Amino acid sequence: MTGYLVRRILQAFVVILGVVLIVFLLSRLIPGGEARAVLGERASPTAIARFNRVQGFDSPIWVQFWHYVIGLPQLKLGYSYKFTQPVWVIISTRLPKTLALVGTSTVLALAIAVPLGVIQVIRRHKPVDYALTGLSFILFAMPAFFFGTLLIIIFAFDLKVLPVSPPSGASPFAIWTDPKAFIMPVVTLAAISIAVFSRYMRSSLLDAMAEDYIRTARAKGASSGRVLFGHALRNALIPIVTLLGLSLPLIVSGAVITEDVFNYPGMGLLVVVAAENTDIPLVLGTTLVITVATVVGSLLADIVYVAVDPRIRYGGSF
Amino acid sequence: MTEAQGFHGTPAFGVDASGSPVAVGPDLIVPAEVIEAAEGTPDGPAGGESQSTGGLGVQIARAFWEHKLAVVSLVVIILMILFCWVGPLFYHTEQVNQNLVLVNPTNAPPGHTGFPLGTTGTGFDELGRMMYGGKVSLTVGLLSALVATVIGVVYGAVAGFFGRWLDALMMRFVDIVLSIPILFLLIALVTIFRSSEALLILVIAGVSWLVPARLVRGETLSLRTREYVQAVRGMGGRGGRIIGRHIIPNAVGTIVVFATFQVATSILILAALGFLGFGVPAPATDWGNMLSNAVSAAGNGWWWEFYPVGICIVLVVIAFNFIGDALRDALEVRTQRR
Repeated sequence: MTGYLVRRILQAFVVILGVVLIVFLLSRLIPGGEARAVLGERASPTAIARFNRVQGFDSPIWVQFWHYVIGLPQLKLGYSYKFTQPVWVIISTRLPKTLALVGTSTVLALAIAVPLGVIQVIRRHKPVDYALTGLSFILFAMPAFFFGTLLIIIFAFDLKVLPVSPPSGASPFAIWTDPKAFIMPVVTLAAISIAVFSRYMRSSLLDAMAEDYIRTARAKGASSGRVLFGHALRNALIPIVTLLGLSLPLIVSGAVITEDVFNYPGMGLLVVVAAENTDIPLVLGTTLVITVATVVGSLLADIVYVAVDPRIRYGGSF
Repeated sequence: MTEAQGFHGTPAFGVDASGSPVAVGPDLIVPAEVIEAAEGTPDGPAGGESQSTGGLGVQIARAFWEHKLAVVSLVVIILMILFCWVGPLFYHTEQVNQNLVLVNPTNAPPGHTGFPLGTTGTGFDELGRMMYGGKVSLTVGLLSALVATVIGVVYGAVAGFFGRWLDALMMRFVDIVLSIPILFLLIALVTIFRSSEALLILVIAGVSWLVPARLVRGETLSLRTREYVQAVRGMGGRGGRIIGRHIIPNAVGTIVVFATFQVATSILILAALGFLGFGVPAPATDWGNMLSNAVSAAGNGWWWEFYPVGICIVLVVIAFNFIGDALRDALEVRTQRR
């Protein structure tokens, strides 16, 4: 198991290095270079040459990459010319907010999706099963901005029970201490995960119910409740942990839209504002940091996976 | 473990597709377009092999026809395509220059003379704009899914077939790109390169080919050990020929099912980009972009700016998902579980 963990952590490290390389290459793909983006379309060639010399952009690309990489542990992510602040300074206030939003809604999604899947299996091929299947199809097809706006129309405009958006100055912990303002963003982000997780839960549980150990448990006289919750559910939960790790990049993508709809000042809204201002160092810095956070999150999910299922042994290329 | 696909993890909806064997009624009349949908795949085997799939094609079409929801979905999509492409031929509207008198939509609510669905806050006819934006949404959705599938299939087949260090290297690259949250990557790409319809097709394909690459690699790993591939090898067939003539045609089920789901995913991705303001540049629009001022529009009571377009997106996405599900059953494809 220790061997597996070491390899898994090494793998995450390689992924992060690869992402760093991709982000670095993207930053060098800007038409006209960063100088053109900072100094404007009409900058004189001398001004551009001077900018490139001062910033070190005239050195060979591998030298630039090396400087970029050794700067990362010191959180040197570049400089936002639009906000006139180092990229990390801007990100450091935004990251906790997105982590709180993503974490809370993922936990909520699991807490709702697992029982939904169980209900569907208990009542399979009954109206409840079909209704929940239909519901998950609709939730799945509904863009987050459509669903979020729908919630705003119903709960903020019509019923007037919830505020349109959470207070922008609130601390990341406000999501738990003052939940009312955050209900709609959390539910919006959780909706698609609920659809996906409950479908997986249903099929994973159905697969588990067909296993030999279920027949053995039944033959030994275990009650149907004990078979379902004691044997099938515990095994069916294992793939959900992996799914969680794999879904994280998608959930984080969803956070961009959710944050935009509700004006929630996290990483997603930051990347949108940065892109609107063509602030490319900030766009890329945000992308890099959120990706590292996602990779670490997936790594944690995998570690939980090993803890939950002692049968897992790392083998093969995956 | 099934890969979390595309934007939202598409295969979740077909995992339990196996269990139900499809009873094929003997007296079913299968409409031509159903056969086409099941057979006429973008990456299908070359025409030379069609005579061998003739009987199979009918079987597949029958299995597909059993899924009433999928048949309805096919009709929905055909109607939507007619709406977007044929509609403007009969319903002429101005979609380039704003009509400033109409910028306040309360001036022409739905039912107002000449504006059956009212006008938008930007001074366009809503119904006409839905056709105009739908064209972009559907075009980008279909083409980016096609491009993503082609790239992914070739990449996955090459990695799986040649194996060893090349496979390890190519798949590690897929892992790396897949770990970047897709919307951040897309926003970075459209910021660096100026957004246009062609660019959007390319960048959406550029973040979507990774999943088919994994799926096809998995298929290839099992296909390359089959006797007929060994036989071709024994006869001196080269890698390119084996991949093109034997491996890809045999993985076509997985490929078609993926491509169908990917159309839905691509439409959602474009809608998200359009909503955030990074879609096609004005005066062009897409369905997502049309919803971008939906909150303020809804706050003002202009429901017609919100519901019709939103429902269009949901309908088309659900339709493609249902068709993908039915095709998966019809082609008896199980998602690669690893």
